Amino acid sequence: MTATYETALQTLVAQDPRLMILTAENRAAIRGLPQILGPRFVDTGITEQTLIGMSAGLALRGRLPVAHALAAFLTMRPFEFIRTDIGIPGLPVKLVGAVPGILSEANGPTHQALEDVALMRGIPHLRVFCPADLEDLLIGLPEVLLNPAPWYIRYTDRPAVLRHDRRFEIGKAEMICEGQDIGVLVYGALFREAYEATMRLREAGLSVQLLNLRTLKPIDEAAVLETALRTRLVVTIEDHFQTGGLFTLLAELLLRHRVTARTLSIAFPGRWFTPALLSDVLRVEGLRAEQIAERISSTFHAIPTS
Amino acid sequence: MSSLSPADLHDLARRVRGHVIRMATGGGCFLGASLSCADLLVYLYARVLRVSPLRLQDPARDYLLLSKGHDVPALYGTLAELGFFPVGRLRHHLRPEDALYWHPNRKLPGVEFHSGSLGHLLSVGIGIAYDIRLSGGHNRVFVLLGDGELNEGSIWEGLLVARALGLANLVIVIDRNEFQANARTEALVPLEPLDAKLDAFGCRTVTVDGHDFAALDGAFGLLAEPRPGPLAIIARTVRGKGLPSIEARADRWFCNFSPTEIAALLRELEGDSQARLTSEELVVR
Repeated sequence: MTATYETALQTLVAQDPRLMILTAENRAAIRGLPQILGPRFVDTGITEQTLIGMSAGLALRGRLPVAHALAAFLTMRPFEFIRTDIGIPGLPVKLVGAVPGILSEANGPTHQALEDVALMRGIPHLRVFCPADLEDLLIGLPEVLLNPAPWYIRYTDRPAVLRHDRRFEIGKAEMICEGQDIGVLVYGALFREAYEATMRLREAGLSVQLLNLRTLKPIDEAAVLETALRTRLVVTIEDHFQTGGLFTLLAELLLRHRVTARTLSIAFPGRWFTPALLSDVLRVEGLRAEQIAERISSTFHAIPTS
Repeated sequence: MSSLSPADLHDLARRVRGHVIRMATGGGCFLGASLSCADLLVYLYARVLRVSPLRLQDPARDYLLLSKGHDVPALYGTLAELGFFPVGRLRHHLRPEDALYWHPNRKLPGVEFHSGSLGHLLSVGIGIAYDIRLSGGHNRVFVLLGDGELNEGSIWEGLLVARALGLANLVIVIDRNEFQANARTEALVPLEPLDAKLDAFGCRTVTVDGHDFAALDGAFGLLAEPRPGPLAIIARTVRGKGLPSIEARADRWFCNFSPTEIAALLRELEGDSQARLTSEELVVR
């Protein structure tokens, strides 16, 4: 049987009696669990604040609650509950945000979580895991769920475009390929497009490095700095607002280490994306692999030779 | 806890009120709200809660969650009187080197969780109560809510969920002093008929005089009865109870008095009617 998020959760819950699965009536990825888990599965209904407060209460009793809702509603509707009841005490609650970023497809701006990383990483104690695809999610899931810190997990069920490194370490990026001309930093659902764009650029003769960041908090500072120092152009790719996500993280990191770099941010600059099915969103927003490759290539070739 | 006589309870409540009043200077505290629930907290800790300083981490203990939070001087006073931490520590109120500030936090022995942002601890209590049931425990979770706090939507959301989950081990106690920060509750966002609202949300609801220990015996006696969801106790109280010069006034929420005024208020608490200050003499700061 192919591993799914649901079967992975089922296995982990069976192994560790502390784990509990909660949802505010978002069951798309966990439909089979109520029958299997019985009272260790709780659906609170459409009640995001109660979902978070209840998770905090369960954590006070020694449980490891994994709370699910759509990313937009999970991170914003009860934001102050997350910050106050989970962030202040640093309780080991795991928040799993469904259909973040472009994965909300045709739902429209109400459902577009494009500030979730900014919000969650802004809360002390909270950590952020943004897997590239379902396989990457399942690789990191056991360690993240059993970690004693609170985490936000940017859920994705996109199929993998390559076989990921099975070794998972919190705060360690996955180096996909190394290069000297261009360094591409990516997380989450746009990994596939970033990967394919990287392959196109390499086929065109450019030396391109690609990092799948996996955890954005803690971020792999050494790998990001090494990329900035080694390459002539650092590209950040994210289905997130330009403010508060990876581009901001890069800027903070570079400034803190007194490093400068030529950068290209591929993100949503202060606007919501055009609602449509995923393939159309990618095309209309210029996020298809060939469109990304073209933007990177033209930016790179416009760099004055000194 | 051991069962104290009514006279002992009154003595204990008066000592707790004295601690509260002494915290209303040098920066001040939320005096009115603390005095309205002082009898409730004393009653709960002395007669109802299965807690003690010797079993702070016991998973079988009862939980008291102070949801409104700004009434924490009454909790500090009660916990100190009952030996959870030394009474002398109350003199550290608002000092940066200790943790007795205007809202509760878990650094104080006996404080289960922090609060201050209204409308949070009902849902936290739901999580604790759910786990107790899941673990086969018989302990109870008491959530003390302010009546003004009932403006928060999260309270009503939580009540729906508590009933849906059938949490009969959850008890909400409402300090119904009829005031929120600056206004009478019924003049701002009316709550009445509150008992009917709570009943409609699935609670077994009872209304009681929150300053009458014998009446509280009756209300909390309902704990033993089976019910499909939470027990809700509406405790009718008086803001500033114990100090006639400040009772039931909208402007006696947060108070910061001079040492001279505090001395007069303490004499008033002890029943010295000559000590009573007029509102002109008591400066609202």
